[in-house]
Amino acid sequence: MPPLNTGNSFMMRILLALAAVLSLSLPVSAQEAPVQALLQQHRDIILESSRKTIEPAIAALAGSGLEPAQAVLRAWENKEMWLRSSDGRFYRGESAGGKVQTLYDFDSGTKLGDEPESALQQLKPNSGIRALLRAALVQFQLNDPNPERRRAALQTIQRDGDASHLEPLRASIETETDPAIKALKERTEALLSIRHGENEARRVEAIEALAGDIALDVRAALNPLLATRLKAAPGAVPEGENVARQLKPGSTALSRDDAYRLLAESGLAKPHVPAADRLAALAANIADGRVGGELVARLTDPAARDRAYAALAAEGKAPPTVTDAEFDAALDGHVFYEVYAEPSRAVTTAAVAAMSAINRNVGMMQALDLGLDALSLASIFFLAAIGLAITFGVMGVINMAHGEFIMMGAYTGYVVQQFIPNYTVSILVALPLAFAVTFAAGVAMERLVIRWLYDRPLETLLATFGISIALQQIAKNIFGTQARPLTAPAWLDGAWVLNDVVGISYIRIAIFILALIFLALFLFIMKKTRLGLETRAVTQNARMASSMGINPDRVNMLTFGLGSGIAGIAGVAIGLFAKVTSELGQDYIVQSFMTVVVGGVGNIWGALAGATMIGFFQKGVEWMNPSNTLAAQTYMIIFIIIFIQFRPRGIIALKGRAAGD
Amino acid sequence: MKRESFFARNPSVLVFIAILALFTLGVTLASEAFGAGLISTSFIKTLGKTLCLCLIAVAMDLVWGFAGILSLGHFAFFGLGGYMVGMWLMYERTRDIVVASMANAPIPPTPAEIDAAIGTQIFGVVGSSEFPAIWFFSGSLVMQLLLVLLVPGLLALIFGWLAFRSRVTGVYLSILTQAMTLALALYLFQNDSGLRGNNGLSGLQNLPGVTASQAVVSVWFLWASALALGLGYLLAAWVVSGKFGSVIRGIRDDEARVRFLGYSVEGYKLFIFTLTALIAGIAGALYYPQAGIINPAEVAPIASIYLAVWVAIGGRGRLYGAVIGAAFVSLVSSWFTGGQVPSVNLGVYTINWVEWWQVILGLSFVLVTLFAPKGIGGLFDLAQGRLVPNRHGADYGPDQGALMEREGRE
Repeated sequence: MPPLNTGNSFMMRILLALAAVLSLSLPVSAQEAPVQALLQQHRDIILESSRKTIEPAIAALAGSGLEPAQAVLRAWENKEMWLRSSDGRFYRGESAGGKVQTLYDFDSGTKLGDEPESALQQLKPNSGIRALLRAALVQFQLNDPNPERRRAALQTIQRDGDASHLEPLRASIETETDPAIKALKERTEALLSIRHGENEARRVEAIEALAGDIALDVRAALNPLLATRLKAAPGAVPEGENVARQLKPGSTALSRDDAYRLLAESGLAKPHVPAADRLAALAANIADGRVGGELVARLTDPAARDRAYAALAAEGKAPPTVTDAEFDAALDGHVFYEVYAEPSRAVTTAAVAAMSAINRNVGMMQALDLGLDALSLASIFFLAAIGLAITFGVMGVINMAHGEFIMMGAYTGYVVQQFIPNYTVSILVALPLAFAVTFAAGVAMERLVIRWLYDRPLETLLATFGISIALQQIAKNIFGTQARPLTAPAWLDGAWVLNDVVGISYIRIAIFILALIFLALFLFIMKKTRLGLETRAVTQNARMASSMGINPDRVNMLTFGLGSGIAGIAGVAIGLFAKVTSELGQDYIVQSFMTVVVGGVGNIWGALAGATMIGFFQKGVEWMNPSNTLAAQTYMIIFIIIFIQFRPRGIIALKGRAAGD
Repeated sequence: MKRESFFARNPSVLVFIAILALFTLGVTLASEAFGAGLISTSFIKTLGKTLCLCLIAVAMDLVWGFAGILSLGHFAFFGLGGYMVGMWLMYERTRDIVVASMANAPIPPTPAEIDAAIGTQIFGVVGSSEFPAIWFFSGSLVMQLLLVLLVPGLLALIFGWLAFRSRVTGVYLSILTQAMTLALALYLFQNDSGLRGNNGLSGLQNLPGVTASQAVVSVWFLWASALALGLGYLLAAWVVSGKFGSVIRGIRDDEARVRFLGYSVEGYKLFIFTLTALIAGIAGALYYPQAGIINPAEVAPIASIYLAVWVAIGGRGRLYGAVIGAAFVSLVSSWFTGGQVPSVNLGVYTINWVEWWQVILGLSFVLVTLFAPKGIGGLFDLAQGRLVPNRHGADYGPDQGALMEREGRE
């Protein structure tokens, strides 16, 4: 294509010519570089360095559209701008140590060499000028071509913005092209307007725009507006105060003593004499075993003490105390009220309304969050109890060592992680391995102990408890008493965060999913497989089942092994978020039994219902008394004891012949 | 028909009391305070504590071996008894200290100031200084001793009433009692429970107003424990000896049948449950002043299960079996865990008995359950040649299988 070719060579020639011109003009342009020229133009007011007159210089720099202008402003603000006396030009200086500055040109950024500070003059902007400079800088960042820097600037403003940011922020909204950042800018502008808006109307408008927004930053912007201070005034509330509410001394919000203390602190009433001072005054005035006319030995009586002190005060040896009459009169003579720190009534009214909308939304979100927490707790209980639902629920064998099987599963996960450093792979290996280990342990226990005790449940309880003690101590001997880490793979770290209130960690979601998988697995095995059929047959009538060709011994062994194996897998899951110690199982055993008993023995849906109920109940109690999870467990157990009064067979009770007994 | 006297029908009671008296006398004569000084004060305390454990084992045997209620919560009552007496001991002792330290002040303190100082002393560790309402009677020994009976008794009465009226039996009841003691332990673990959270009550070995040395006090407590054990044993033996005893054994063997015979099964069970809770409370009240400290870990479910272990190893269904089991297991246990047993070096591995004792205990418990359901007490049958026909280990027990075998034989 010849025409294009010629075009190309033509362009080439122009570029070459331009380059030649540029390289020639370089020494010249150092003389007339645009930023330096600008600085020289405003040289007088820059050197004057006064808050009142400086604005044209900053505005010229900020509005120049020149790239180095930002660097100039930053250097100026950081007191790194120097004036060289020899040529009267501005440079950026970097301390080279020993009162020597390395100078850089603003326009080209090139290093110009060292210069002693005696030959330079440093520009020291005062705090007022620095604030102007910062505001000008924000404008640059807000219009920075890099979106990440724009976001960073917005974050800075949200963290500690002030009134000077408002103008550049508003100006930058118009030109913003990225819709996400534009939204963020508008939001930041509203947040900033709440506190620094130029007039009441704008502030109220901004507050109303954000009403019901549950984000933390909105609440952080509104809370300072609604901060109150307790005040007292003689007679009536003075005019012009933005009163939040009036308080009556002696109410729950303000005790009479506190009210009086406030009066004394604000100088409206005579202060109380502290007990320690009174004691010191009494001790200082003892003479002949008496003080204030009272025998010292009698001062164990508070009334005698008061009399002695009153006598001292009457003699002028101690400051007089406040009498009851004075106390009452002072309280009656004053009003007590809370005032908002924010003087504008319209703003506080809007903020109160916005806050109540926010609180309502936050409450709803908290309920949702609590529901998620409860669900997660329920799935943990379910996971811990599902093995028990097989051994205890279906087979009727009470296995106190079930908790130790959970512990064995967790330790299996720990040991696997010692050999396989990749956490994802190690968990995938640990799950089947934990099943295998606890399956084997369960089968061994069934063969050696439990099958001899099938018709003696209380003795099964005791024998399995003996095994539980032994297993716990063996684990302690092998792994020590300190907690061992079972680390979750990195993709399970972190949390799924819906908003500032609702969030749930991925591990808990994984456990929830695991619980669902186990529910499905259990149902599949029990309803669809040969083993499940045989298990149900043996459970309902062992002799009949054996006459139908089922080997009850084998079925019992496998079922028990299955229940134990599931406990092992639960152990791996629990170990991911709880600390792995030899007492891990103990923490879950009673709750697991409760889950099965409350839900109804012999029914997986019962265990599910039991776990859900216990999980939600416990979280509910924790919500009412958030500081105290121990109390929540106490109340939960009491609740279960009472619950069993009304449904002794659990939530889902088997009916008819399947119920046994 | 002339009824024989109680002791004539129960010669073992007299034998037991004679042995207990001889033991107490022997220990007293060998003690540092009153005799030759062969036994150290700390070992006398261990013996005294063991007697208290024997007493609660008797209670456990009564409720489990005779009435068939496998309670896994009796240490809750034991602990509550200890807490009740501990409150008085701690209050009075702190009061003595506070009053002594305030006596030097120029102005004598008012009662309110003393109370505030005691409160700060006792509750400082849990960040409080005020007396909770439950300490209302802590200044009065008589009231606190009454509470030793009232608190465990009321708890047992309420819990038992709730559990028995809804016909919770067997393993369900066991789990429920375990839950009860767990709930109590968790409650006490809180700092705002008013009982100093996991710090518990301490310094209980010092009797307020008593200047005698610990050597003397320990013997006093040994006497008190021995007396309590003797009386408790007598009471238990009397309760199980007559018609009442037959009824509760009947309940153990077949609850439904006893109910159909017209007995109020729930009433009997409730009585036994509450009575044993009272005995447990007294045992606790004697135990903890000798131990010196009580904390919520003492009422953790594990303690009550060990109680069942003692009774099972000693042989349930006979009172002296429970005593032997508690004494034997707790003394052997403290011997092993005390580090006095030399380690066994197997070349590749050294068996440290402090670490392995629990394993042995657990496994021996399994073995006893499987092969010797009568426990150590069964040895006495061998000695007396009173061997009952071999029931394949399935003798008395509250379950249906055992009963059918017995019926077939009779």
